[in-house]
Formats: sequence, C-alpha cells, structure tokens
Amino acid sequence: MLDPTVHRSLAAVLPAASLLTAPEDTKPYECDGLTLYRERPAAVVLPDTEAQVVDVLKLCHLARVPVVARGAGTSLSGGALPNAQGVVLSLAKFRRILSIDPLARTAVVQPGVRNLAISEAAAAFGLYYAPDPSSQIACSIGGNVAENAGGVHCLKYGLTVHNVRKLRAVLIDGEIVELGGDALDSAGYDLLALITGSEGLLAVITEITVKLLPKPQCARVALAAFDDLEKAGAAVGAVIAAGIIPAGLEMMDQPATRAVEDFVHADYPLDAAAVLLVESDGVNEEVAAEMDEIKRVLTESGATSIRVSKDEAQRLLFWSGRKAAFPAVGRISPDYYCIDGTIPRRALPRVLSAIEAWSVEYGLRCANVFHAGDGNLHPLILFDANVEGESAKAVAFGDRILGLCIEVGGTVTGEHGVGVEKLKTMCEQFGTEELAAFLRIKGAFDPQGLLNPGKAVPTLARCAEFGRMRVHAGELRHPDIPRF
Amino acid sequence: MSDAIVDGWCARIRDCAAREAPVAIVGGGSKAFYGHRVDGETLDTREHAGIVDYEPTELVVTARAGTPLADLETALAAERQMLAFEPPHFAEGATLGGTVAAGLSGPRRPYSGAVRDLVLGIRVIDGHGRHLAFGGRVMKNVAGFDVSRLMTGAQGTLGVITEVSLKCLPRPAAETTRVFECPADDAIRRVNEWSGHPLPLSATCYVDGRLAVRLSGAAPAVEAAARKLGGDAMPDADTFWRSVRDHAHRFFERGSGEVLWRLSVKSTAPFTDFDGVQLVEWGGALRWVRGASPALDAARLRAFAASHGGHATLFRGGNGRDGIFHPLAPAVMTLHRSLKEAFDPVRVLNRGRMYAGF
Ligand SMILES: Cc1cc2nc3c(=O)[nH]c(=O)nc-3n(C[C@H](O)[C@H](O)[C@H](O)COP(=O)(O)OP(=O)(O)OC[C@H]3O[C@@H](n4cnc5c(N)ncnc54)[C@H](O)[C@@H]3O)c2cc1C
Repeated sequence: MLDPTVHRSLAAVLPAASLLTAPEDTKPYECDGLTLYRERPAAVVLPDTEAQVVDVLKLCHLARVPVVARGAGTSLSGGALPNAQGVVLSLAKFRRILSIDPLARTAVVQPGVRNLAISEAAAAFGLYYAPDPSSQIACSIGGNVAENAGGVHCLKYGLTVHNVRKLRAVLIDGEIVELGGDALDSAGYDLLALITGSEGLLAVITEITVKLLPKPQCARVALAAFDDLEKAGAAVGAVIAAGIIPAGLEMMDQPATRAVEDFVHADYPLDAAAVLLVESDGVNEEVAAEMDEIKRVLTESGATSIRVSKDEAQRLLFWSGRKAAFPAVGRISPDYYCIDGTIPRRALPRVLSAIEAWSVEYGLRCANVFHAGDGNLHPLILFDANVEGESAKAVAFGDRILGLCIEVGGTVTGEHGVGVEKLKTMCEQFGTEELAAFLRIKGAFDPQGLLNPGKAVPTLARCAEFGRMRVHAGELRHPDIPRF
Repeated sequence: MSDAIVDGWCARIRDCAAREAPVAIVGGGSKAFYGHRVDGETLDTREHAGIVDYEPTELVVTARAGTPLADLETALAAERQMLAFEPPHFAEGATLGGTVAAGLSGPRRPYSGAVRDLVLGIRVIDGHGRHLAFGGRVMKNVAGFDVSRLMTGAQGTLGVITEVSLKCLPRPAAETTRVFECPADDAIRRVNEWSGHPLPLSATCYVDGRLAVRLSGAAPAVEAAARKLGGDAMPDADTFWRSVRDHAHRFFERGSGEVLWRLSVKSTAPFTDFDGVQLVEWGGALRWVRGASPALDAARLRAFAASHGGHATLFRGGNGRDGIFHPLAPAVMTLHRSLKEAFDPVRVLNRGRMYAGF
C-alpha cells in the first residue's frame, strides 16, 4: 500500500493514466524474466518526460520510498523485481529515437527504445548497433545499459559498455547528470562505466548515446559438428590460437540442438554431441580468407562435418537455432532456469562433466548453450514448478554450477546480472572487504539506499544469513563486522 | 615474496592514513608530467613486477602493476598478440600500473578500444590500506559494480593498482599505411566518411598537411582497402605510428614557453585554428594543439571542446593555473568527491593529482 500522502503527491505530478495502484494494474509488473520471484509493488508510475522522472524521484527521496526502474522486464536475474513498499518506475513510454548522426556514427535514444529498433533505424545509413542480446526484439536499451548486456557478437564487438558513449541520468535526489560524452573519453572518473551494469542501483537512465558501426560487407557462418563435447571445446581454443577473433563463436550440446531443431528446423546435425557456430564478418576478401582458416582449424580439431552458409538466408537459418534456444527449451519443459556464469575456457570440460553428473543427481534435464568464444555458459535447467520441490532443486543445481564457476576462476554472472538471484553466490565470489566497497559506492550515489534496494550487492548481514560468508584460510575475516 | 611487498604497502598506507601523510604513487615516471604535481612519500610500484598468468588462447594476461610495459608487450608479441589500445609509453620504463592509472590510449583506440575497454580485472590498495580484488580474468563479468574501469584513468587517486588483467588480441596479419595530401577540414570529413564504411581502419593521423591512414587485418583485406582508398604508401610506417603514440614525432617538440593541449571531441567537430599547430588523431576525435602559452587561450579551448561534446586537457607545459583537467559539472564533481570519500577518506593517495582535493 502506498502512503496516501505519497500517492497524492505522485498524482499531482503525473497524468492519471501514468500512475497505477490497483492490484489488477500492478500485477503485470510483479516479476521480470525470472518468474521464480514475484512481488506486487505499491505503485507503478509511467512518466513520459524526464521532468516527471525528476519529480517522481524527488518525491520518493523525500518520502523514503524505494524506486525500482524498469525497462522491458526481460531481466533474467530478478533485477526489475518490484519492492512491496515501493514504486516501479517504468521507462516504457521513453520510446523515441531522438537523432541519428550518420557521419559521426552515433544515435541518441530514449531508454525505452528496444535494442533491435536502433539497428532497424540505423540500417538506412548502412549502420547498426552491435550488442545483440537474444532478447533484442523485446529488451530496452536502458535495461541493456543497466545490465551491461552482451550478445552473440560481443567477442568481437564488445558488450554494452563498449558501445555506449554518453548517458543522461537522474540521481535519487532528482539531480540530472551527464556522463561520458560525444568524444571517445571524458574528464574525471569513468562514471559512464560505473553506471553501466549498475542494475538500477545508482541512477535512472533517461537518455543514451550509442555508437553505431558500419554494417559488415559480408558475413558467413560455419556450422560444425563434433562427436565429443571436449573436442568442440578444444576447437574453440584452437580457432583463437590461430589468431582469429570470430564475429560469433557459439556452442550448443545435444539436448539443446535437439530442442531447437524440433522448434525451428535450423538444419542442425542431430547425432552430434555438440555443434559450433563460427561466424566471420568484414570485407569480402577478409571473410574469404578467415573462413578458409576457420575450416582448416575445425577440421584439424576433429569436426565430423562442417557446413558454411552459402547466402544470407542460410546464415540466418543457422543462427535461428541458437537465437531460439530459450523458447525452444521452453517448449519441451514447463519451466526452465537459465544459468549465466563465465569460466576460463580451459575449464570447460571439467564444468560440463560436473553439470552432467549433477543433472543425474538432481534428476533434472539440462541443455547447454554457450557463448564459447568468451567463456559465458548458459546451462538451461529444465523443471516443473508444479511438481513439489522441483523449483528448489533447480535453484540448488544452479547455485552449484555457479559455485563451480567461481572455483575455476570465473564469475557468477557474465551478462544477466546479479539481481536478487545471485546475491547468495556474490557472497562466495567476493570477500567482505570488496562487498563493503560496493556498498560504499552505492552510498556515494544513494545514501538512503532507495534505488532498487536489496539487489545486486548483498549486505554483509545477508551473506551471514545465507551462511555464505566467504572464509579465507579457514578463518572468518573481520569477525568484528556485525552479521545480523 | 610479492605478497610480502603488497602487505608492506598496505601497512605503509595504513600508517600514512593514521598520520594523514600523503602518498605519491610512482611507476616508471614516464607520465610524471601528466596531471598536477603530487607531494608525498613516494610509493614505487616497480618492485612489484612480473606476469602472473598468461594463457594466449584465453586472450587474457594478468600482470603486476610494476611490470614494465615493454616486457609485457614482448611477452604478448611472442604469441603474436598485443595490447590493442596501443598504449603510449612516452618514455622508457613505463609500467603497466601507470598505463592503466593514466588511462591513456594510442592510435588504435577508436578501432580496437581504449585501455578501459580492455581491462577485465584489477587489484588495488585503498586509502585504508586494504587490498581489494575486482572484476576477474574472464572476458564477460557483470558481478558487482565495475570498479576495474573506475580505477582505470583515476590516476591513483582511488587506489594503488597492484595487479591488472587485460584482454589481449591477435596482432593483425598485415598492416599498411596510406598517405594523402589534403587540407585539415577535408581530412576530418574523409576519415569520418571512411569510418562509416566497412574498411579495416586501425589509425588515422593528420599532421603537416598530410593525412596518414593505417589499415590492419588479413592481407587480402588490407590490400583491397588500400586499392580502394588510393593515396601513397608510407615507408617505415611503424616508426611513424610509434612516434605519434609516444609523442616523439617532431610535432610534439615544444619550443620554450609552448604548451600542448589535448582536445578530445566529437569526431566530426570542425577544424578550428587556435593560433597554434595541430595534429589530429582518432578519426577526428583527438586533437593535439601546440602553441605559445598566452596565445592558446584555455577558456577558448575548453569552450570549443565542451561545445563539441568533449573536454580539453593542458597535457604538457604551462603552470596549471587554470587547472589541467576540464572542470566538471557541479553534480558530477559531487559524485567524484563522494567516491574519493568511499575509497580514500583521509585523502592519502595521489592527493590533488586530478582536481583540488583528489
Ligand atoms: C529470452 C531471453 C534471452 C536473453 N538473452 C540475453 C542475452 O543474450 N544477453 C544478455 O545480456 N541478456 C539476455 N537476456 C536478459 C535481458 O534481456 C537483459 O538483461 C536486458 O538487458 C534487460 O533489459 P530490459 O529492458 O528488459 O530491463 P528490465 O528487465 O526491465 O530491467 C533490468 C534491470 O535494469 C534496470 N533498469 C531498466 N531500465 C533502467 C533505466 N532506464 N535506468 C536505470 N535502470 C534501469 C532495472 O531496475 C533492472 O535492475 C535475455 C532475456 C530473455 C528473456
């Protein structure tokens, strides 16, 4: 329930249709793409000007009401999960592409613009926006910045942080800041990078200048089959050792290829233990030379078959399977839980065999899709939330995979963010000192902790509750820090 | 051994914090000219050197802060890899830690990324003498705030960098440089137009009425692009690009009383004569202006940079009376002060190097 005075003051600064409090109106906002967690917010506001965003934040700041920014709600870590006492600040009405500068190769967009819409608008100039999360038809660029989203082409073209030039953002007290610039760097600390990936904890982003790239003249993808997962993993290393940075380098295991083949008929070899998609893009001469080299390396690495896309239609067909992996898995199981960890690639065999063993142990099927080029794993754990105990088992299975990611020198999230989902594993990945440093950064922007509270960075007390305080050399560090 | 060095530094910083005695962090001293002078007890990072982990197929190298940049580059070159931001050395003895703290990148920056784009993880000692680790040794990592990038370019004001993990990239198989005679505004227009086409550009530099464009990649691609662009081949291009990178090029020789300004602006900003000479890099986005100190008016340069989406730095020379770095907007300055407070509340680390107080 929203405090009546807060309600009145919000109603005073927003059009009636932009303030939702009735349960049937706020229900659609109760979760994001991670449906395991749900919470009804006290109110949802849908401002359509920056001035309204400023007003809302000032009011909430004054009244100490939590604010959760929301883009398209496709987060897979519960980043946009509402706060029961708080306001969801939806940027859905910020849908305008404000300008495209073809000569400088930049676009200025509002945060609610869909990722794909930027590339569609830039296409007229032979340009595109490089980061391409699989959710790109739906997710917002504001959400991408907040999560530092990646995509299948980020090995060569980078993550969101590498493709954003400038942000306008509103701080919790209503102050507007501009970070970054139209130049390639800016004065002072790199606050642009700090806000990117900050999961709505530091500021609400209201305008974004992105970098656009010239569309490659040509792109071709090789679809290679392997009779053994480990060989496929080794092939990935061999491609990179040959001095090639493919535009995309993806791996799928057999459960994943079977699921997508039934769904989109992408012409994948079903008998293969693993398939690799290796894309080369650039000028024609470069792609021709690189593809020859890729084929040579894949053959030497023991590929049982290699097909290279002959035209754009076939290239898109080969990719359609990978892009549809999540919905395809959604068809073969009532629920699935997407895990997102990164590992050094050399640890791949160890991690995959552990996942296989745990899949048997928990009695839950698991399909693996993998941004192999940059070591970002996405095991999809299949379960049925209606079967008593299966959700909990899926979560336990997932946590175990993430624990292994940390153990082999990786991280608990490569691109989906911490949200609420990985608070527990954050306590394992970071020591108390580092977590305390994160909390001080949060405090530097938002001393009262009103922006997206309880997300992304666990408090030390939370870690203690989880029983997950990272212990060094058998000793609890800083026993003096209060834990509850 | 190395752990003992870091432990020693932590103890020293704790002690300095207790005494409120400032610490001046020093590596090879190759960038000592950059920023405001720092007074304090010297902490020399060079004793903490060496590559910790380098697995070429992972495209990641981890090294201690005091590692000489040249040694690191040699190790990568042996595996046909490189630091793709083409770090400026400026002088012999440049260290990795100093390179990352200064946050400066060389000619390849617009095409392969800046140092901040390639930093994956960092270890730092904060102003309380705590040794902290952020980011990691993997390519994609969004766990926690991006402190690695916050430290990059913070010039040691938020922490003493002790170790860095960087993404490395394969060296291009072929490289060639084409030269064109043209006026400055023409050069700026051309490089912007070319950047909008799928060409394997890897550096541009306009100086002395000539535009140099470097192409890098697979040999057939580089040859095809060179044919398309035309121009004349530049002999000994490697030496030229190194001289631009390290400011060893004649353009950077300052006469007495001369200063060098660095204008980082939108790549399409018009060419403007500031009563000095100019060298334009980064596809138009980086403009070096050299001239006599009173004639080059700080306010005018800053206004130009700001109106073209960027910032101006008094890079070399001058007395820094008007400040060296571009003034920050008040709300942004407040965030800077809060972050300094979060990492180094006693303000012992490189105090005043960037702005008054930090
Ligand atoms: C099928 C599917 C496939 C996916 N594939 C990928 C993938 O390939 N790569 C990848 O990286 N992710 C992927 N995701 C995850 C998700 O799409 C991304 O995290 C995306 O960036 C979220 O954008 P959104 O607009 O939906 O943000 P939301 O889910 O609405 O919000 C995400 C977070 O951002 C914050 N936020 C949103 N807007 C703003 C703003 N304007 N200012 C401040 N904070 C804000 C929210 O508070 C929240 O913490 C996938 C998701 C699905 C469902």
